Amino acid sequence: MKSPLRKVLPALLLVLMVFPAIAQELDLASFEKRITVKKLDNGLTILVMQRPEAPVFSFYTIVDAGSVQDPQGQTGLAHMFEHMAFKGTTGIGTTDWPAEKAALEKVEEAYAAYRAERYKTVGRDEDKVKQLEHAWKDAIARAQQYVVPNEFDQLLESNGGRGVNAFTSWDETAYHYSLPANRVQLWAYLESERFLHPVMREFYKERDVVIEERRLRTDSQPIGRLVEQFLGESFATYPYHRPTIGYFSDLNYFSATDAKAFFDQYYVPANMVVAIVGDVKPAAVIPLVEKYFDRLPARPQPAPVHTTEPPQNSEREVELQETAQPFYLEGYHRPNYRDPDDAVYDAISDLMSNGRTSRLFRALVRDKKIAAEAEGFSGFPGNKYQHLFAFDAVPLPGHTPEEMRKAIHEEIEHLKTTDVSDEELKMVKTRAKATLIRGLADNAGMAFQLALYQLRYGDWRELFRSVERIDKVSKEDIRRVASKTFQPTNRTVGIIQTIPGASNPQGEKEQ
Amino acid sequence: MNRRMSLAVLTSVMLMSLLAAAQQPARTTSDSELEKIKTPPLPEFHPQIPKRVVLPNGMVLLLQEDHELPLIDGTMRIRGGSLLEPADKVGLVDIYGDVWRTGGTKDKTGDQLDDFLEARAAKVETDGSSDSTIVSFSCLKPDFEDIFKIFLDVLQNPAFREDKIALAKFQLNTSIARRNDDIGQIARRVSTQLAYGPKNPYARFPEYSTVAAVTRNDLVAWHQQYIQPNNIIFGVVGDFDSSAMEARIRQAFASWPNGPEAPKPQITFTPEKPQLYFIPKEDVNQSNIQMVSPGIERNNPDYFAVEVMNYAFGAGFSARLTKDLRTAKGLAYAVGGGVGSAFDHPGIFRLAMGTKSATTAEALEGLKEELQKLVADPPKGEELRSAKDTILNAFIFNFDSKAKVLREQMAYEYYGYPLDFLDRYRAGIEKTTAEDIARVARKYVHPEQFVTLVVGNPEEIGDQLKRLGAVAKWDITIPPPPPSSHAAGQQAR
Repeated sequence: MKSPLRKVLPALLLVLMVFPAIAQELDLASFEKRITVKKLDNGLTILVMQRPEAPVFSFYTIVDAGSVQDPQGQTGLAHMFEHMAFKGTTGIGTTDWPAEKAALEKVEEAYAAYRAERYKTVGRDEDKVKQLEHAWKDAIARAQQYVVPNEFDQLLESNGGRGVNAFTSWDETAYHYSLPANRVQLWAYLESERFLHPVMREFYKERDVVIEERRLRTDSQPIGRLVEQFLGESFATYPYHRPTIGYFSDLNYFSATDAKAFFDQYYVPANMVVAIVGDVKPAAVIPLVEKYFDRLPARPQPAPVHTTEPPQNSEREVELQETAQPFYLEGYHRPNYRDPDDAVYDAISDLMSNGRTSRLFRALVRDKKIAAEAEGFSGFPGNKYQHLFAFDAVPLPGHTPEEMRKAIHEEIEHLKTTDVSDEELKMVKTRAKATLIRGLADNAGMAFQLALYQLRYGDWRELFRSVERIDKVSKEDIRRVASKTFQPTNRTVGIIQTIPGASNPQGEKEQ
Repeated sequence: MNRRMSLAVLTSVMLMSLLAAAQQPARTTSDSELEKIKTPPLPEFHPQIPKRVVLPNGMVLLLQEDHELPLIDGTMRIRGGSLLEPADKVGLVDIYGDVWRTGGTKDKTGDQLDDFLEARAAKVETDGSSDSTIVSFSCLKPDFEDIFKIFLDVLQNPAFREDKIALAKFQLNTSIARRNDDIGQIARRVSTQLAYGPKNPYARFPEYSTVAAVTRNDLVAWHQQYIQPNNIIFGVVGDFDSSAMEARIRQAFASWPNGPEAPKPQITFTPEKPQLYFIPKEDVNQSNIQMVSPGIERNNPDYFAVEVMNYAFGAGFSARLTKDLRTAKGLAYAVGGGVGSAFDHPGIFRLAMGTKSATTAEALEGLKEELQKLVADPPKGEELRSAKDTILNAFIFNFDSKAKVLREQMAYEYYGYPLDFLDRYRAGIEKTTAEDIARVARKYVHPEQFVTLVVGNPEEIGDQLKRLGAVAKWDITIPPPPPSSHAAGQQAR
């Protein structure tokens, strides 16, 4: 039973994975021996973890910048750059770099002229817009002749790269793949090269691809449409209100020059962590990493986000009238992941959502028989900054969002007024440990966790130390945090109401 | 926002996961630094093959020791699945696969099992699929004996309590009610029907009436008929000693006699005639295009050449479909496809693509052109080498964990494939030539024989499709629940 919300937000799912504890069988000391951390002079941090199960390795590069960093009027830019990071370099993907470079500069000049005319509100000359658009497209065609299409991808795939991919969330951008263990040097070269000599080639075609991605994930999905509206309503000042994919108007506006400026500002070595896990020896990997990644120039770290969300003093609600089946979502503001109560929120999420013993499953699905699934979880839409603890539920046919709202609130009240049982609390802690253990047998998953914790806490050990934090969560903590957070005035609600449409003439009658 | 759209979003094309070990540099570029990088040979690696034991009652055990972590996981795959359920009770195996576990055992309710297992962060689960059912467990090593006892209890003494049957039906009815909400789900479901025929057991799906028709007696009867040791392959992986585990399992099943074998389903494949079908969906701005024609079985000697062709044509970022339709034309975020294959029945040769309403016809024409080009100008030279490298250099990922090796071996065992199938696969890929590719392209790629489906916004698409020829309708209206039943769940309160 995969939550519909998490299906819409695969990146979110990754960010949501919490590994809050370590089992007694696996102590931190044993990991100290397997993990090497190297901070380069330019500020880049690299972690190497040995896991010699098979001659392969996986890595994650995480950049501490996501769509939250998109400039005003250029939503989607962080994600757009992520796509561009697969377009090759000055040496890969071109037949003649000096000629291509000159041609790409012409494209940008032409686009700037076209854009300047197109967005004039006074004195715009439509003929001139057409003419400038034409000139821009001609410039693109001239640059295209130097392109070796998809050469970077082909290089990775034909060398045995698996899972060659990346994702952008509100909080960060991550790049990852796996290779056979004999290709560490190739990896170190390519992964550093893509951030040393990036080229914004085929930018405007790729922008069309990203716009198709928006149509697929947001515009053509009922829950995608709801989430965009819901987040817009939930946050007033904080950039979590903007979609990572970007708005149409912004996607049709920004330029390759804008993307390169974003890169220059945020893809700073001190703002990045690389973790590599698998059949790799630090003695062999570290010199290669130094040789190649040392080439990245040190640059000043971007300023942290300082805006905070003002207190929400009244309940907000968005309702979408859709021909699709109904859906219920609500969210409450909570502090960021560094909050002392972070582990308490994790415990509440587990208690409410994890498995058939969870509070919401037992109440809404098993006993009341009004929902097919229901869950409550932290980290929506990210967790680096103040964010939401959200609840959602999928009504059974014939049942309404209103019934979901009422039933979820009953469970929340119960959490505030009655202590959880000893058994429940113990179960939460046991499951956290087991989840961590199960995650250890996966190179890519470990690389992601290590890189993320190193980035977020400055120390990968926090991944394991969080055992103490979750083990310390008490019944009182749960009541206290629930009472503090789950208040009506701190709530935003999102609803899909079903109305008849051409494709479902009878509709699903709401009662 | 992943950069790569997994094909699964648009289609369920099954492209076998691939992999391998050629040592030549994978390709040349104009990058001089890259040319200097040496790739040493991959160290010799012999994947650990599970210990195979056949019990006197016919159950096949595969025991795979893995001492990395203190965990033990086991899966029984049992012959017989939804292909064998009656047409007026479609959904039976789905409900069975749920209630087998949630309905509890003679001694314990499903809720009691939930409490016991989750307190130990352990799982015992059951599931149903088209050709088999599954019962599995997963636990921390110190809990093994406790969890294994529950596993055995679920396997041998399920109670199928009525309250959980009702719950399973609610869930299934919810998915029926929602099956037309998601454009990708519509496209996947209907294109499979077009490829196999709407009544084909691989393509049919439950309705309110077929769900309502399933009774507890059906579940009990299914269990009695199919859960026989000689229908079972039991794979266990984790931190145990094989001899001790074998002894424990032998003891558990010593008194279980064999029973009737599961019959082989007799299935006919009747593709719809090649034409263009359209399904309107007003609340989208992107069309989902599917083109389907028959695929192959994996034991076909052409399988290896077809795999190489698939890689060059439609799998991955450097394949033709991505290069031409996504990168060069910017027509799609998600595009891909290839000749699908399955172990024991023909797969589907499927192309899938999502494009904005305004470029629906252009995208369709683009896919057709790619098919024609695949026959007229099949991959050779550098393109062929790159596709083979992609498979062979990643071959190691076929067995980079002991659990993965066990899963592969279970599949070969289940479908009667040689247990060294992966070795044959590698050899087959290595010896594939340009002539082989040209031959399989001629043999399997028939652009005029594809059935095409477009799901999209009729107003935005306008007359684009009509200009391509006749457009047939395909009705996806959900038949309402039978009046007498409480199928849709309204009786719940």
